[in-house]
Amino acid sequence: MRVKLIAFVIGVLVLIVLPFVLTDFRTVQLATVGAYFIAILGLDVLTGHSGQISLGHGAFMAVGAYTTAILMANHGVRDLWTIPIAAVVAGVIGLLAGVPALRLSGLYLALATFGIAVVLPTILKKFDHFTGGSTGITLFGKPTQTGHGAGIWGMTNNQWLYALTWTIGTVVFLIAWWLLDSRFGRSLRAIRDSELAATASGVNRAKYKVLAFGVSAAFAGVGGALFAINVAYVAPDTFPIQLSLYLLVGAVVGFFGSIWEPCSVRC
Amino acid sequence: MTNFIQQIVSGLASGGIYALLALAIVLIHRSTGVINFAQGEMATLSAFVCWTLMDHGWAFWPAFGATLLLSFFGGVTLQAVVIRPIQNGPLIGIVILTIGLLIAINGLDTWIWGGAAKQFHGPFSTAPIRVGGVAFSKQDLGVIAVALVAVVLIGALFTRTRLGLGLRAAAVNPVEARLVGIRVAAMLALGWGLAATLGAVAGVMAAPSLFLEPNMMQTVLLYSFAAAVLGGMDSPIGAVVGGLLLGVLLNLVGTYVHWIGGELRLATALAVILGVLLVRPSGLFGRTALRRA
Amino acid sequence: MSLLELRDVEARYGEIRALHGVSLTVDDGDFVALLGANGAGKTTTLRAISGTVKTSGDVLLEGSKVSHRTPEGMARSGVAHVPEGRGTFMTLSVLDNLRLGAWVHGNASPRDLAHVFEFFPRLYDRRAQQAGLLSGGEQQMLAIGRAMMAKPRLLLLDEPSLGLAPLVAREIFGVLGQMHESGTTIVVVEQNAMLALSYAKHAYVLETGRVVLGGEAADLRQNESVRRSYLGY
Repeated sequence: MRVKLIAFVIGVLVLIVLPFVLTDFRTVQLATVGAYFIAILGLDVLTGHSGQISLGHGAFMAVGAYTTAILMANHGVRDLWTIPIAAVVAGVIGLLAGVPALRLSGLYLALATFGIAVVLPTILKKFDHFTGGSTGITLFGKPTQTGHGAGIWGMTNNQWLYALTWTIGTVVFLIAWWLLDSRFGRSLRAIRDSELAATASGVNRAKYKVLAFGVSAAFAGVGGALFAINVAYVAPDTFPIQLSLYLLVGAVVGFFGSIWEPCSVRC
Repeated sequence: MTNFIQQIVSGLASGGIYALLALAIVLIHRSTGVINFAQGEMATLSAFVCWTLMDHGWAFWPAFGATLLLSFFGGVTLQAVVIRPIQNGPLIGIVILTIGLLIAINGLDTWIWGGAAKQFHGPFSTAPIRVGGVAFSKQDLGVIAVALVAVVLIGALFTRTRLGLGLRAAAVNPVEARLVGIRVAAMLALGWGLAATLGAVAGVMAAPSLFLEPNMMQTVLLYSFAAAVLGGMDSPIGAVVGGLLLGVLLNLVGTYVHWIGGELRLATALAVILGVLLVRPSGLFGRTALRRA
Repeated sequence: MSLLELRDVEARYGEIRALHGVSLTVDDGDFVALLGANGAGKTTTLRAISGTVKTSGDVLLEGSKVSHRTPEGMARSGVAHVPEGRGTFMTLSVLDNLRLGAWVHGNASPRDLAHVFEFFPRLYDRRAQQAGLLSGGEQQMLAIGRAMMAKPRLLLLDEPSLGLAPLVAREIFGVLGQMHESGTTIVVVEQNAMLALSYAKHAYVLETGRVVLGGEAADLRQNESVRRSYLGY
């Protein structure tokens, strides 16, 4: 435990120092990486800890991103406030998705989520009055952006994005750490390792599996919201199947069921 | 009425391609329990190989034959080298592996042949042919014929030959199959080889109309998954019937339900997948699948 | 002349050692019963012979050591192993199941099939049916029929009477007796010690992975401890 704490502190220190060492462009690149990091944390909860394989987590990112974009562009909501809203919206959809997912085991869940991820861009394009269709929604230059115009505490726009993303990333990481160390996490892992044994031990399989979906979707929603804020543009083709596949690869390579597997590998 | 029949025939043609790829998917799932997410990309690679041969002056049918052979050995090698080591490991490992293959093969295609779409000159002309006063595409009829021949040949292999018996036995009960002397490991590799060959037929038949590019089979893959699920993931007959049914269904729904049109064709396939998995997971012909506890 | 010899064979499942050094001999043309309680290592011994489980120690077939044994290889060497639960190919037809029995000989000859059907007419009636639909007794007959198609030198059977009505079990053993008379060497693992000892010529008793008793079946039938522990009188 002590080792993990020390590693964590070092990690945070590195994060703080980086933007001062790197160029402005690299900084915003890293900021976007942070958005993916949060989504991958969510996927780790779902696939790594509760054992539900999702090949469609990009869809939850898209939900968060579009929530942010629509709120910022059409409803004048400040970008910061869209983040918790995106988390809730994505989380609720995650909970709803988790219920039918209970009936699908292993490979079939992977197949179903794969299908959802493949179809997502077409659906986003179809409901164009809502989503802006193929052209997407541009956030660049909108007054609802906080970082625009710079000058917040002397940071450039990109440094602000970096700080925002990674601060939230750190907070989410701590939340995930706490969750996964608690009874919630233990129940998830028990279910992952043997549903039969877990149920026999009194773990409410359905409740925890659905919750896992909800939590992981909420994380991905936050990631998506930050992604939209960073890139300042969302479009259906920003969320192809490859995104979901890369997220899964990232989760497996970076975490594989333990939040403490080398975070560095994810990048 | 004319349009209706035309839609059915062209639906059977695309359905034939779905059936072939679905059959490949079912073959692998039946024998190894793996869902090969890279099946579509493997088919694309085969189509590229065929194109390259023709680009070097080969006529279509010899190029096609060589492609089938190469695809077969490719599939066998893939199973023996890449899949076999992790086959009995955790599910997530196998999924990641086939996903990784998907990404890798897609990247390989782009690297070698570039991302731009290429013209693929198939064996059948696109000229229409009139049968009973209704115009059909020669290409559609040709694809249906090729798909039928492929399915019949594979069916005969499985049901009438000793090798087919061994393949079936290895899929049904690998432990006992070894006890009667069957080299199960070799059978599994053969299964992948046959699946790759079926995929190659699908890819080459699809290339003329879909245009050859690295992402060509991405949507076909989803349609084929829908067909396999609809037919029952462990039923070869289901895969073929499912494919043909789905091809016709998608055409008819796309033509006559205007809200869906051409844009939501993929979504319809997804609806089939989700619908079947949630309501009747064994599909039309499958047995009820056992859950991995 | 010994057909099969096990010398100090050990076998483990992961961390658990199931056989602690089993030594036994099976002569050509013999009928041997392996007796013992649940978990004594009887099934594992058969698995050790057919190569289904990894072993240390020596397994000799006709006097020569067979190392790197695989189930397929042992099948080719003439060892037919009918596992616990019969190993039926459930979704294949009865006929296909029998054909598979002849795998090591290439295609199944119609004459061999006819021979099996003579022994088991019920199988002929159901030859096109899915094997999984057969009753327990019929599946056992199918398993033995499959073994007959293999024309093995050594036939290993694991609990052939399991789950069968006493009459059917007798029928099965009757067939085994006939096979033995035709020259097949048989090793049978049985919980039903009474039944096994009435057909076998020799027997071994296993306890916690070791052979504790061995000898002629007739002698074991009279043996005090065997009678008390396994024959119930």
